[in-house]
Amino acid sequence: MSSNILDYYNIDELFSDEEKLIRDSVGKFVDEEIIPIIEKHYQEGTYPKHLTSKLAELGVFGITLSEDYGGAAANYTSYGLAMQELERGDSAIRSFASVQNSLVIFPISRYASEEQKRKWLPKLVSGEAIGCFGLTEPDYGSNPGGMITTARKTENGYLLNGAKMWITNGTVADVAVVWAKLDGVVRGFIVEKGTPGFSAPEMKGKHSLRASVTSELVFEDCEVPAENIFEVEGLRGPLSCLNQARYGIAWGAIGAAIAVYQSALEYAKSRIQFGKPIAQFQLIQEKLVWMLNEITKAQLVCHRLGRLMDVGAARPQHISLAKRNNVDMALQCARLAREIHGANGILGEYPIMRHSANLESVKTYEGTHDIHTLILGQDITGLSAFE
Amino acid sequence: MNILVCVARVPDTATKIMVGSGGKAIEQNGVKYVVNPYDEFALEEALRLREKNGGTVTAVTIGTDANVDVLRTSLAMGVDKAMLIKGDEPTDSYYVVANIAKVAKEISPDLILLGKQSVDYDSLQLPAMLGEMLEMPSVSVVSALTIEGDEVKAERDIEGGKEQVACKLPAIISAQKGLNDPRYPKLPDIMKAKSKPIDTREAEKTTPKTSILAIEIPSKARAGKVMEATDENIDEVVRLLNQEAKVI
Repeated sequence: MSSNILDYYNIDELFSDEEKLIRDSVGKFVDEEIIPIIEKHYQEGTYPKHLTSKLAELGVFGITLSEDYGGAAANYTSYGLAMQELERGDSAIRSFASVQNSLVIFPISRYASEEQKRKWLPKLVSGEAIGCFGLTEPDYGSNPGGMITTARKTENGYLLNGAKMWITNGTVADVAVVWAKLDGVVRGFIVEKGTPGFSAPEMKGKHSLRASVTSELVFEDCEVPAENIFEVEGLRGPLSCLNQARYGIAWGAIGAAIAVYQSALEYAKSRIQFGKPIAQFQLIQEKLVWMLNEITKAQLVCHRLGRLMDVGAARPQHISLAKRNNVDMALQCARLAREIHGANGILGEYPIMRHSANLESVKTYEGTHDIHTLILGQDITGLSAFE
Repeated sequence: MNILVCVARVPDTATKIMVGSGGKAIEQNGVKYVVNPYDEFALEEALRLREKNGGTVTAVTIGTDANVDVLRTSLAMGVDKAMLIKGDEPTDSYYVVANIAKVAKEISPDLILLGKQSVDYDSLQLPAMLGEMLEMPSVSVVSALTIEGDEVKAERDIEGGKEQVACKLPAIISAQKGLNDPRYPKLPDIMKAKSKPIDTREAEKTTPKTSILAIEIPSKARAGKVMEATDENIDEVVRLLNQEAKVI
């Protein structure tokens, strides 16, 4: 099994055998099953449906979940390495896995009743059920606490009304984790596909994450059974999920950066201008070295963050720093790689514009770059810029 | 059916190889190691045969404690048992074969599968030497395999064609690319492999039959030249082939 990973500082020595094996197994899958087909799906704006069962079989849904529910029971470092590899293929596939793992399996495993866990977790792990996560609303993105979707207690359960937007996998999901205000307090609910009053139209016309389904979720007097409510109150419920997802994104961005760096390096060595490879020009070398430098730093940040996650010592602010740094770094790498590829960089023959356009979304979702700046600013000054 | 699969730990083919300070081995620092790619075909074939016929698949490797990682990979792919023949870095093929033969005599496998070669030292000697030592038929460079009862039918890649070979079990088969499509180790299986036992035994030293005098990196391939399609250049190409490349 050939690993395709940039490792300038021999960071591999810091990972255990099983962590490396998980990375290499997912990496091989990405090289053989995702990279050869993803450009076509990106161009056509379709999610490669056939991958869902293959990804499930590989075991990338439920990576950190206990074996009792069918999970792999791997650590967070392994989870991060798997996300890195998936995003080396495409951010859409990593997003799919992030949602399934961090935003659906995680909250159900942590906040749902035992009966709901038994009902959903094995199916989510096996890919039999696809999940989605509804927090963001048309008018409440960075400020989720202002949400206007409501839940009202009824005789048999809860009545949901409102709308969610920018929901990955909404249209194709069998189960939605939905956050709504019950008597003014944010609560989580499991909403099954086909529940009367629940619809999930697809959002079209994206220039980014084109191999991923993005949807609206609409609730019109949608009644869910009483047992579908989560045992958590307030924003800490959804934010705990976002922390998990952001952690995976910090790793994923390294994968995208490695993909564009490797393409740029190969291109620069083979593209001849003025009688020599463009890699011999100082301006090209500076761009390549900048990428190498930033990717290496991002790898070290994620390695450390992974170890903190593994012992339960990572703070949300630690995750913000890594997500903020790594996604921005990857986007800069994609832009530099595009410059190195010249006009060829805009073609689908190279992965550059696909990663570049994807990363524009990744920079914004799961807490925008600027919001993470303010989270860190508040942490070090004690002064909140939000209020 | 009990199957023994020989698994070598080799440098990742994507790794940049450098000669070590002694000039007789590669520099190991910073080199990433993987399961020999041809051994992956052998592992996959063994697992498919077990899935069809039942039995046990044992993976064996020879080397230092570092070799445990290729055994973990083998376990994650699905082998039942893993064995480390622990000793110094192998000195020559004879040492490897003598130690594997000793294990084979002990566990009496119906079939021994291994890659047609290891992509590190590429001696290509193991399948044949193992056949000789164990007095078993040995079929090399196999790209298709069927086993019914104790009848083995193997298809070999030969220059410009295919050769059909038959033999009886117990036998030794060395795998060529194309034999199958090796599976990806699944994440839950990787985690389960972590706690499975590794049967470790001491390697028996042998007197080397051959020794390495020196290894070196091949000189850098000459850069190609691209010329405009003009009549004058035809003369120039002829001149270069004659005077510089000295091939005509």
